[in-house]
Amino acid sequence: MEITRPTSLADALQARGADPGADLLAGGTDLMVEVNFGYARPEHVISLRRIEELARIEDGRIGAGVTWARLEKSRHRALAQLSRTVGSPQIRAAGTIGGNIGTSSPAGDGLPWLAAADAEIEVASEARGTRRVPWSDFFTGVKSNSLESDEVIVAAVVPDGVPENQEFAKIGQRSAMVISTVAACVMRHEDGSVRVALGSVAPTPVRAYRAEQLIADNPSPSAAVLDEFARTVSEEVSPITDHRSTEAYRRHAAGVLSRRLLERCLAR
Amino acid sequence: MTTSPTTTRRLRGGVGESPLRPDGIPKVVGNFAYASDLHAEGMLWGATLRSPHPKAKITKLDIGPALAFGGVVDVITQEDVPGRPGFGMHVPDQPVFAYGECNYWGEPIAVVAAHDLDTAKLAVKAIDIEYEVLEPLTDMEEADALDSQTRRMKIRRGDQDAFGAVVVEGYYEVGQQDQAPLGTEAGLALPDGAGGVDLYAVSQWVHSDHWQIYPCLDVAPEQVRCHPVGMGGAFGAREDVSMHIHLCMLALRTGRPVKMMYDRAESFVGHVHRHPARMWYRHEADSDGTLVKAEARIILDGGAYESSSNAVIANAAYFAFGPYKCDNTSVDAVAVRTNNPPAGAMRGFGGVQTAYAHEAQMDRLADELGIDRLEVRRINALGHGDNMNTSGQLIEGSLPTAELIDELAKMPLPDPVASTDPRHLPGGTGLTTEPGHVRRGVGYGVTLKNLAFSEAFDDYSDARISISPIGVEVYTAAAEVGQGLVTVIQQLVRDVLKMENVAVIWSDTGVIGSAGSTSASRQTQMTGGAAYFCARELREQILAEYGGDDLSIEGVWLRGELIVTLDEICALQPRQHEIRYRHPETFATDENGQGDPHPAYAVAAHRAVVDVDPELGLVRVVQVDAVHDVGKLLNPVAALGQIEGGTAQGVGLATLEELVLEKGVIKNPNFTDYLLPTFLDAPHVEVKWVEEPERWGPLGAKGIGEPPTISAGPAVAAAIRDAIGRHLYRVPVLPQHIVGL
Repeated sequence: MEITRPTSLADALQARGADPGADLLAGGTDLMVEVNFGYARPEHVISLRRIEELARIEDGRIGAGVTWARLEKSRHRALAQLSRTVGSPQIRAAGTIGGNIGTSSPAGDGLPWLAAADAEIEVASEARGTRRVPWSDFFTGVKSNSLESDEVIVAAVVPDGVPENQEFAKIGQRSAMVISTVAACVMRHEDGSVRVALGSVAPTPVRAYRAEQLIADNPSPSAAVLDEFARTVSEEVSPITDHRSTEAYRRHAAGVLSRRLLERCLAR
Repeated sequence: MTTSPTTTRRLRGGVGESPLRPDGIPKVVGNFAYASDLHAEGMLWGATLRSPHPKAKITKLDIGPALAFGGVVDVITQEDVPGRPGFGMHVPDQPVFAYGECNYWGEPIAVVAAHDLDTAKLAVKAIDIEYEVLEPLTDMEEADALDSQTRRMKIRRGDQDAFGAVVVEGYYEVGQQDQAPLGTEAGLALPDGAGGVDLYAVSQWVHSDHWQIYPCLDVAPEQVRCHPVGMGGAFGAREDVSMHIHLCMLALRTGRPVKMMYDRAESFVGHVHRHPARMWYRHEADSDGTLVKAEARIILDGGAYESSSNAVIANAAYFAFGPYKCDNTSVDAVAVRTNNPPAGAMRGFGGVQTAYAHEAQMDRLADELGIDRLEVRRINALGHGDNMNTSGQLIEGSLPTAELIDELAKMPLPDPVASTDPRHLPGGTGLTTEPGHVRRGVGYGVTLKNLAFSEAFDDYSDARISISPIGVEVYTAAAEVGQGLVTVIQQLVRDVLKMENVAVIWSDTGVIGSAGSTSASRQTQMTGGAAYFCARELREQILAEYGGDDLSIEGVWLRGELIVTLDEICALQPRQHEIRYRHPETFATDENGQGDPHPAYAVAAHRAVVDVDPELGLVRVVQVDAVHDVGKLLNPVAALGQIEGGTAQGVGLATLEELVLEKGVIKNPNFTDYLLPTFLDAPHVEVKWVEEPERWGPLGAKGIGEPPTISAGPAVAAAIRDAIGRHLYRVPVLPQHIVGL
């Protein structure tokens, strides 16, 4: 197995461009699982860990190489909350938000927040330079995305105007260190309008736009509107039954969880 | 006058203390050699080809491409087995390798030996194999209807026409739990250069391995020596042969040491699991709550091969109704054969499954009669001098059920307010739940388990003790799987011989006879007993020989005077003694399951307190209060460890742990999706002991390995029912069950 360890983004892009079949490794918390199960047998790994410019947190920009351990202290409340639910402390010390984006698992813990924040994914290649892809175009299906084979994920770009009033929660069967069966992120603007995003209930992270519209129309929702909001979220998601949960439970829990998060935002 | 050291200084590390375990510090600092750490110069690595289908015909099997692989030294299949084609705990019904057909997902078909593990794994993929995929039999009721079974058990006791004032009925299911020991299967086989082999592989019972291995190799018994090794847990998963015969075959064929080590995914198919169960129950009682009649129909899915299913189904039947008096009972129990992964021994051994059913039935009975749920258990408590509700056996030993229930009732309940720390609420770090969403529930599990082997099995343990002026050596083949047996042996022997320096020597099958399995909660009594009584006999021999009245590390004493030193005693002849220790004889039961099948019982009484978020179906087990019947408490810390660990395993089955099977295929053979309780999920455990000595064994001590696992789960399931006010028929209780979706 060949390992390339670039120390700059330019070198990484050059290596990736030269061998589009190479696997990218940041924290390795997804790739090494594939290797351990015998699903992946990389011939060439490009390690991104030494690239300092990927590990920066700037205004409106989270480098792809930023670990969950650092994001646990994020100024974005829901991002900090979700970061504390990723795996174990060891996983959080190694795993990165860029890896989460690149793996594009329906259960990726960071993805509902990116969807709620209307983030763009910044990607780059040696041949075509940098481009920014809206989250909704980036995630295309279960573990699939629109990253080209010569590109590297550079950052999550967080636009201005993301509400500070935001909440995240995730349901797993046990109290910690668990893959989510339903995850939700709710953000509430000063004007009372909300953004509602969910994970593990569709092939990609999804927004519950109809439920958002309901609250935009009723910015101080009554109990009846909150019930309607939960029902609407449940209708908008498209979960499946698998070994982790059932379609019916996920649909139900997506609504309950979204309502609880909205109630937490309303109480603030 | 010189005085015996036993009167001047108290002996350290004896019975009742909690001395440091000899393996404790090495394990903590990482110096302890587990089976997976074993290494030999020039050793080969083995890797296994396993069936990708629960049922299939093998239409082509060509190992040529694997043999041609660079670095591959040997490839073996069933055609290479020199002797008996199969193995098994009780009957050799499982072929060493699948031959012609595969009967479960993950069944071994071939093993490749290569210079390194990676090469061996790649070569496995190069084996040219084709299958004709067949429809697997995976439903246990369908298997029962097809008469595909390994054993049927019938129990009929008393008046089958008896009836009570109230009747409660229920149907119950238990999912398939895995032992999930943290150390996976591993072993190393060393050829002895003279046609024999030394095997160092994970095992709860090296002699049982030995009896299964040598006939398959077609060598003399003494040519295979099975050695006890370090293990990271067992819980029943190490009772059956896994890689043992493969390793010995490869070592003998290649003349080189061979090592194998399963990874986590392979471990999930490389050992047997707990039997999943379906159970139909009916209890009848008088209006005061006294049980009049109890009936059960039980099906356990034994999977593709027998393993220990026939003993597990007997246990499920004998312990169908728990520690309650009932003169009129009926059980029809069957272990069926399917194309699911083989099931065998796991902590609790048949009693875990039925405990969920009989405890739910006791709650239903209490609710039907308007009696307190603990009171209905007290009214019916079974004890010494009563007859066992199923077999009718007179309970000659200790069984303090009523005392345990009384002690449990006295234990204080935890703070009734749910925590405000999100980690201690249902949903934990996921931040799903606030205190206002929570409902508190309390539930009970009072359960019964047999100790040691039953039904006329010749159950014994051999131990040899040798004394020298530097200390004592105890030779045993008993498996230390992490439970602390070596410490208890040391403590018992220290007490008898009044010598502190006691070493327990792990001995292979060529050195000493069987100690029996580290299972059935039996080793404290059986091998602890063998060591204890061997030490007593040795002491008596020496005292008689020299006419003394006390023995210590200094020598033999008479009325406080040292009359001969240990140096002198040992200079004349080696002081060594060996015994075979047996428990009271047991007997096979008649066609109605009546007779005397069990040597002893232990009861446990647990109370679980849970917080439930009913809207999301999430559970937090707040506390488990546990009262245990220990006979005599030998080592408080070790006992506490067994009870805390066993409780966590019970909580696991009640709320989390299940192998998800889809048409015979395990969908979650990994620790990402087979969910063990984390530190946050394991409840706080409060423990109380009841010491009513057993009629046999060392100082009346009882085994405690299994009882906590049996009691904790039913208590948790009951507490969840209590919190949501609704019946639940299945464990593990999943969020969708609580929500009702």
